[in-house]
Amino acid sequence: MAGGAEKAGGARGSGGVRGPGGAGGSSTVGIKDATAIVGIGQTGFAKRLPEDEKTLACRAVLAALDDAGIDPGEVDALASFTMEETEEVELAKAVGFGDLTFFSKIGYGGGGSCATVAHLATAIAAGQATVGVAWRSRKRGSGPRPWTNTAVQLPTPAQWTRPFGLLRPVDEIAMLARRYMHEYGATRDHLFNVALACRNRANQNPDAIMYERPLTREMYMTSRWISEPLCLFDNCLETDGALACVVVSAERARDCRRRPVYVHSAAQGLPAQHHGMVNYWNDDPLTGPAWTAARHLWKHADLTPQDVDVAQIYDAFSPLIPLSLEGYGFCGRGEGGAFTEGGALEIGGRLPINTGGGGLSEAYVHGFNLITEGVKQLRGTSTAQVPGASTCLVTAGEGVPTSALLLRS
Amino acid sequence: MLSPVIDTEGAPFWEYAGRGELRVQACAECGEVRFPPRPCCPHCRSFACEWRRTDGRGRIWSYVRPHPPLLPDYAAQAPYHVVLVELDEAPRIRLVGNLVSGPGAPLDSVPEERVRIGARVQFVFDPGSGLPQWVLERS
Repeated sequence: MAGGAEKAGGARGSGGVRGPGGAGGSSTVGIKDATAIVGIGQTGFAKRLPEDEKTLACRAVLAALDDAGIDPGEVDALASFTMEETEEVELAKAVGFGDLTFFSKIGYGGGGSCATVAHLATAIAAGQATVGVAWRSRKRGSGPRPWTNTAVQLPTPAQWTRPFGLLRPVDEIAMLARRYMHEYGATRDHLFNVALACRNRANQNPDAIMYERPLTREMYMTSRWISEPLCLFDNCLETDGALACVVVSAERARDCRRRPVYVHSAAQGLPAQHHGMVNYWNDDPLTGPAWTAARHLWKHADLTPQDVDVAQIYDAFSPLIPLSLEGYGFCGRGEGGAFTEGGALEIGGRLPINTGGGGLSEAYVHGFNLITEGVKQLRGTSTAQVPGASTCLVTAGEGVPTSALLLRS
Repeated sequence: MLSPVIDTEGAPFWEYAGRGELRVQACAECGEVRFPPRPCCPHCRSFACEWRRTDGRGRIWSYVRPHPPLLPDYAAQAPYHVVLVELDEAPRIRLVGNLVSGPGAPLDSVPEERVRIGARVQFVFDPGSGLPQWVLERS
C-alpha cells in the first residue's frame, strides 16, 4: 500500500522541488514557483444574471479548464472560500470531476480569495493532488445584501457593534478610514484617486460593469454618502458572476495551452490579537492583516515590493488601497494616501492597480476577478496591459484575516 | 432595533451595564484588561478573571455617520453617529456606541458639528434600549 502512495507522490514530487536559482536560504522545500495558474474562466458580469449560482460556477470552472486544455476528469483538488453557496460535492458531480483527494474552504469571506490558490499550490507541491480548481460564484447583484439578514447579523461578537447601528461592512471600514484620515492627513481626493484609477481601467475593459461609464471628480465629490466619510464611489459594485482558475505543478504547466503564470509566493495572515473586520481592540487598529501576510509573502520571495510591475489590490472599499499599499510595503506607514498622487495608480504610474477595474468598477465577486486579472497581465492579454509586466501582487480582503499571492511569468 | 445576542463571556458586561456600571474584564492573575471578553488571559493564560469597574470616561477615537440603505429602525434615525470610544483607564479598549444628547435620546440627537475625534465623552445607560450610550462631557 505504501507503494501506491509513493508512486502517486513520486510522479508529482518534482512539483515541490525548487528550480535552479531558487535559493531562499531555507532548507525546507517550499512552494516557490512550484506551481502555476494555467487556466482562467469567467461568466459575464451583471447586476442580474438569469442563471443560479451553481450553474454560473459550473460555467466558470469549465471555461477555466478549457482555457488550460485539461479535462475535468483530471481535477483532483478544489479550493473555495466562505460565503460560497455551491458545495464541492455539487460542483464535482455536475461537471464530472474525478476522485478528489484535496478540498479546502477558507474562512472570512473576501479575505480568503488568494488563499484558495495558496492552498492548491501547497497541496500540489506536497504531492496531495495534481490538478486543482479554485472558484467563486456569487449573486451579490440580484441576491440579498448579507447585512440585512438579522439572524446572521447578530452572532455573538456582533453584540459589541451591531445594536449601535454599525451594521454594514462599509460602516466598520469607515470607522478606520476616518481615523486614518485624521491621523495621517489622507483626504477624500486620495480616495478619489483610487476610485478613478479603477474606473479608468474599467473603461478599457468591455467585460466591466462600468465599461462605458467614466467617473469625474465632480461626480465623486457630490455623490451621496453611504457611511461618512465614505461615499457611493468608495464602495464596490454589487454583481452577479462567477470566476475560476486552474493550478497545476510547474512541470505539468509547461504542457498546457497557455503561458504559465507561476505562484512565486503565497501567504495567509491572521495577526495576533486580531478580531475580524471590526479590528478595534488592539494596540493599532490601522495595522491590519496585510502586514502579517506581507511579512510571510516577502520572506519567501526572491522579489521585493520595488520589483512588482502591477498589483491587484482588494477594493471592496477605497480606503483598503492606501492601507494595503502600506501593509505590503510599497510605502511607509501613513504614506498610503500620498502614494496615490500624481497618477501613481494609473497605467504608466509607479504602481498600476486593478487593471480590469477591480471590485470598484469591473465586478465585485469577492476579489476573484483580481486573481484572473493578475493572470491576464502576466500573459500579456489584459485590456489595460502594463507593458512587459512579469510580476504581479494580488491581495484579498484587508481587515478580515487575509491572503495574498505574488505571481510571476 | 437590534438587541445584543449575549454570550457566556459577555454576559457580565451587560449585567453591570444594566446597573449603570461600565466594567471591563481583567485577568485576576496578571491584571491585564481584555476586550472582547474571552475565557482566558492571552498574556498569562490564566482562567481567573474579574470585572473591573471604570469611571466610564473616554475620548472619541473615530466615528461614522451611516446613511441609508440601513435596517428600517436605523434608517428612520439616519444619519446618526456611531462612535468608537477609547477608555481613559484602558486605552486599548475601544467601545462602539452611540453619541446622544442624554440617556435614551434618539441616535441622531447630537448635531454633527459637535462631534470630533478626541472629544471627551461619558458613559450613560439607556434603560429603554438596554444599551450603553455616550454623552459629550460638559467642559
